[in-house]
Order: sequence, then C-alpha cells, then structure tokens
Amino acid sequence: MELQDFIEKFAEQFDETEVSELTAETKFKELDEWSSLIALSIIAMVDEEYDVTLKGNDINTSSTIEDLFNVVKSKA
Amino acid sequence: MAFITYNGVGIRALSACVPSKIMYNHDLDYLISQDEIDKTINSIGISEKRFAEAGVCASDLCFEAAKQLLKDNDVDLSTIDMLLFLSQTPDYKIPATSPILQERLGLPKTTACLDLSLGCSGYVYALSTAYAYVSMLGINRVLLLVGETFSKITSLYDKVNAPLYGDAGTATLVEKGDFTTSYFELMSDGSGKDSVMIPAGECRNPFSIENFRVEEQEDGNKRSGQQIYMNGMDVFNFALRVVPKSIKSVLERVDISLENLDYLIFHQANRFMTDFFVKKMKFDSRKVPYCLERFGNTSSASIPLTIVSELKGKLDTKTKVVLCGFGAGLSWGTSYIEFQNCNVSSLIEY
Repeated sequence: MELQDFIEKFAEQFDETEVSELTAETKFKELDEWSSLIALSIIAMVDEEYDVTLKGNDINTSSTIEDLFNVVKSKA
Repeated sequence: MAFITYNGVGIRALSACVPSKIMYNHDLDYLISQDEIDKTINSIGISEKRFAEAGVCASDLCFEAAKQLLKDNDVDLSTIDMLLFLSQTPDYKIPATSPILQERLGLPKTTACLDLSLGCSGYVYALSTAYAYVSMLGINRVLLLVGETFSKITSLYDKVNAPLYGDAGTATLVEKGDFTTSYFELMSDGSGKDSVMIPAGECRNPFSIENFRVEEQEDGNKRSGQQIYMNGMDVFNFALRVVPKSIKSVLERVDISLENLDYLIFHQANRFMTDFFVKKMKFDSRKVPYCLERFGNTSSASIPLTIVSELKGKLDTKTKVVLCGFGAGLSWGTSYIEFQNCNVSSLIEY
C-alpha cells in the first residue's frame, strides 16, 4: 500500500482539484472543493480499492491525507 | 437470528399517494451555491420531491392510497381483519393512528389495529409483520399502511437533509392465497442510534424552549433538537457493511442467484449510495427501479412508492423481487418475494 498511489486515488474523487495540488501534508478538509459528498466518495473509493470501511469519525479525526492513509493502512 | 419464511401469504394489491406540491432542489440556492446544487442533484439523484401542505399528515396520504386500493380491488371492508400503520410522523403521540384510520376508512370495529415505528427499514419489517398476522388462523387479510411526512421534521436550513426528503403514503393489501414462499431477514444494531436521530421532543429529552430553537449545530447545519439529524458518512459506512451482505445472505437461503432476480428494489436513500451497492454487487442496473429523482427519499414509504410508480403492470406474471430497507435504528431488512397477479393502482396525488 503506497502513499502516492493513495493520493492519486484520493484526487480522483475531486472534479476541480488536481493531483498535483495534493501532497501527504494537504489538510484535505480545508480544500475549497471538500464537501460531505466528496467524503462519501472517499469512503466508497477506500472500500473498493482497499476493502476497508471508513467511519465518519475516521475522516473527522484525520487532518492530512497521510493521516487518513495511516487509518486505512491500520485497518487493511 | 430473525430469518423468517412464510407460505401461502402474499401481496394482492398496492397503491400510493404523494402530495401535489412539488419542491425543486434547484430552489435551495438560499442554502447551497448553484454550482454545489448541481453537483448535489447529480450525486444524490434527487431533482424534486413532494411536500404535504400544513395540516396534511402521513395518515392522510395513506388514507387516500387505501381508499384507492379498496376501490380498485372492490374490497368488501368486512374482510379486512387487521390494519397496520407504520410511520415516524404519526398524527398524535396518543392515541395511535391506526384506530383513527380504521374509523375513517369505515372498517368494522372487529378490525385489529396496530401502529409500528421504524425509519427507512420500516417497510420490510412492517410487511413481515403483516405476513406474520396473515399466517395465523383467524386473520386472512391485513391492510398495511406505510407513510411519512419528513417535510414536517426536516430543517430547510440543513444542507444534508433539506435536499433529500419527500412525503408519501402507501397501502399494501396482504392476504392468504396461492402464493409461493417469501423470505425475510430482519436485523438491528442499536449501537448506531445516534447516526439518524431526532434527539429531543420525546421522553428522553423532553420538549423545551431550547430544543425548539433552530440553531447552528456542531456539524455546521441549522436545525432544532426536534428536527432530523443524520451523519451521512456513518450511515454510508453502515449501509456499505450490511446491505450487500444481507442481500447475498437472503439469496443464498432462497438458493437463487443474483442474475435470476427480476428486480432489486432498494429503499430510495440516495442514488450515490444505491448505485454504489449495485456496482459493488455487479448487478444489472436496469433491474433496479428508482423513483427518487421525482419523489426524493420518502423513508419507509419509498419501497412501495417505487413499486407503484415504476413497476405498475410489471407484476402480473411471476416476478422475482428483492426488497431491501436500511436506516435509522440502526435497522435493516431484506426480503425475497415472488409477485404474481399483484394489482398495482395508478399513483395518486393529494
């Protein structure tokens, strides 16, 4: 499970945010495009790609993309 | 474990009623930017929904649906042995709504009446309750009325809930007869009670001026303690874990493959969610009917409303259907039913 791969899949859930704008340190909830619907897309992507079911709290307590990556990794 | 089978019981007729007042999600621009509205509509699949006028309750919509069903099927009222009413928006705290409907519909005093309460899983549970009574000696016909008016408990200043919910009332006639075996799996997980909730206004947190006030809540949405709250991420997490699994489990018990189903009818939660389940299960999306584009999420009424609005005329010959409801509780139920000669009334407006 690679962080860069996760960031790419994470970026795919956005329409207007490019992967080049995202890094491991990006505070994703501060992105202009972040919304509750994008959050659902992230949950769906993680389920599909990593077979991990994220809870709302997993997203709420993660600040950066790397934080969320670590949650997924710990559950995978 | 609640896995139930019923023999010689089935759905003879169905009807549904929606309010005539249309609420367009495009008009939510006071709450959500137009750009975001377009994305929301595209994702949840709901363009518009129906709202009951002030003074029109779930029971009124069910009453209209029931009247239509009784008329279309020329039902002798004395043959209805029981009336079940399921809703979380009943007429009063006391008394129950079902006896009120018994009297309004002109059903005899010999009719047993019972109110049931569940959210979006409600139809599958209530249908199983109707089947259970009809399976007993002494009861041959149950009139099941399932309706909701979430418009009355939803804050129009809540970005999560305002685009979702609509109102509807439905009637289902369940009776003894030459029906094939039906299967029900009914499940619950109360640890998720906070995921979908109206926290105040009942006995745990009684009505107060404070919880009556519409205020900005922790999630940034404005609502009162007496209006519906939903944690969309947790509900999605829950549904993702249980819904495809429950459908597979029922089909295994029935010993039928997913491909051999004619229709898979989901509670109309939102399109994003159910489309994801369909994709995850690799099911043919053409066999998944939707009515939420026009009527939104009507909670427990959404499954029978979908049948009435999308499958009228398609349930005459033997039709293999799975119904799946999931939501507040947390609660979920899946059922496998073979429809045959089911008389579906035309959708009515009130």
